[in-house]
Amino acid sequence: MEAKTKDLWVFVETNEDGSPKNVGIELLTPGRMMADKQGGKLVAVVIGCGCDAAVKEASAHGADQVIVADNEVFKQYTTDAYAIALVQLVEKYGPLSMMIGATNNGRDLGPRVSSRLQTGLTADCTALDINDDGNVAWTRPAFGGNLMATILCPDHRPQIGTVRPGVFKKSEPGEEKAEIIKEDITVDPSDIRTRIIEIIKDMDAENVDLEGAEIIVSGGRGVGGPEGFEPVKALADALGATVGASRAAVDSGWISHSHQVGQTGKTVGPKLYIACGISGAIQHLAGMSGSDVVVAVNKDEDAPIFGVADYGIVGDLFKVLPVLTEEVKKVRG
Amino acid sequence: MNILVCVKQVPDTTEIKIDPETNTLIRQGVPSILNPFDGYAMEAAARIKDKDPETKIYVISMGPEQAKAVVKECISLGADKGYLVSGREFGGSDTLATSYILSESIKKLQKDEGITFDMIFCGKQAIDGDTAQVGPEIAEQLGLPQVTYGLEAFVEGDELHVHKEIEGGKQVIGIKFPCLVTFTKPSFDPRYPTIKSKMAANKAEIPVIGFADLPDIDQTKIGLKGSPTHVKASFVPERKTGGVVIKEEDDEASAKKLFTMLSEAHVI
Repeated sequence: MEAKTKDLWVFVETNEDGSPKNVGIELLTPGRMMADKQGGKLVAVVIGCGCDAAVKEASAHGADQVIVADNEVFKQYTTDAYAIALVQLVEKYGPLSMMIGATNNGRDLGPRVSSRLQTGLTADCTALDINDDGNVAWTRPAFGGNLMATILCPDHRPQIGTVRPGVFKKSEPGEEKAEIIKEDITVDPSDIRTRIIEIIKDMDAENVDLEGAEIIVSGGRGVGGPEGFEPVKALADALGATVGASRAAVDSGWISHSHQVGQTGKTVGPKLYIACGISGAIQHLAGMSGSDVVVAVNKDEDAPIFGVADYGIVGDLFKVLPVLTEEVKKVRG
Repeated sequence: MNILVCVKQVPDTTEIKIDPETNTLIRQGVPSILNPFDGYAMEAAARIKDKDPETKIYVISMGPEQAKAVVKECISLGADKGYLVSGREFGGSDTLATSYILSESIKKLQKDEGITFDMIFCGKQAIDGDTAQVGPEIAEQLGLPQVTYGLEAFVEGDELHVHKEIEGGKQVIGIKFPCLVTFTKPSFDPRYPTIKSKMAANKAEIPVIGFADLPDIDQTKIGLKGSPTHVKASFVPERKTGGVVIKEEDDEASAKKLFTMLSEAHVI
């Protein structure tokens, strides 16, 4: 299709309570720069049920316009209902480009929408820019983070990309100045071809917010067993941090998958990442290289993790962590 | 029930190293493997066949001649028949073009075999491209409903019940046939082939579906020219350098020094 505007869209996914998923708000930060370079408006597209909170937050974080489809049918995410709604909106307004947070749902929705629109999609971007010709330069990791590729979609509109959570920071909230457009979209129940039979909450996973964490303390193969996570957890508690883990620790069954950081786990971007007994396989680095400050504690001074660490201790984590925990407790009470 | 499993041969990305001299990927000597997520899709299909031996499992892969190896691997794991989609004209395809070629090939297979695939199973993503797009794009082009991030799947009457990984837990989703499901890593290990099943699979004929076998395919939608996205540049990511290594007389002293440095830098 042809673009009807120079606008840049950010799809803001909502939770069941109508609040926005963090990544949708994060994407308004690079979105501002991109919309300005494209010469169009920054538009947040909110789909959900009772989602005033998401609309207000998008407005406060810099959207020029918020298009909202608020309907009971969108309370829980379904591929069919969301794809119908988003395609209908794109066809009506014709944005030049669109970003979707690369959550599980975003990665489910993106390819469905892009193939229905017969346009290009770049997955899991970690860097974004606008070229002089107005095309988005979508940069993403491939080969397990060994290689970065910059992708263009020159002849198809809209250009679509999914962007990893935690890569961009939310802007400071300001005045809510966005124009709000309510779109009445209904979806015939017979068009929704899946039904949710049961939701099994993992109580442990519920409490693991790696993507939103400011500090993460992670354990790897070097912790040696499930009990080896005790000093990791103790330091995390003292710092008010979230516990992460490498794939080696998760695969060994020492800690649940919800803690996993890396290519097959979560992508994180905390202010401080403390890697304990983690060698630093490229798949792990791919998940945490967005951290502001990296600390590594490892016995092996040749471990690749030291190559990305701002501060490294070559030593025994079982001796280092308790002392560090005590020092933190002294200051933080 | 007929299940089609879509698989890809990929380089083992855990074996990829970077040449420090040229700052490029060393691909030589890197083994080619069945994409692990596709292995989970194959296992999910095999488990359905365990319960209902009448189930037929078909396997399809797109790639060069040597990709027949992963099709044969799936046959050794319980698939009945395998196909390779291969052709010069398909080279350089992005995910949309790839899914279009696969969709057209699937339509042809259904016609030739006189069957409908009740279920199409794919891996969540391939570990080389990591896009997670081809599965949902095939579903869209064939007009099928989808579930992504599947862990296990069970046939229950006229529905497939898929255990799906979501943020903060699991969902059980009911989906009508025919459908497409992509699979992620389950809590169990996939089965291994036996020596006997491996030998039998090695002898299997793998018919090739080429460009000439798809007379209705729209040439403007395949290959490099038919792909909406193009790789403009690729580069090895910069790694941070110049970090501080703390190595005091003992670990306790190192820990205290680290704390002091982090405090001074206002990190904690």
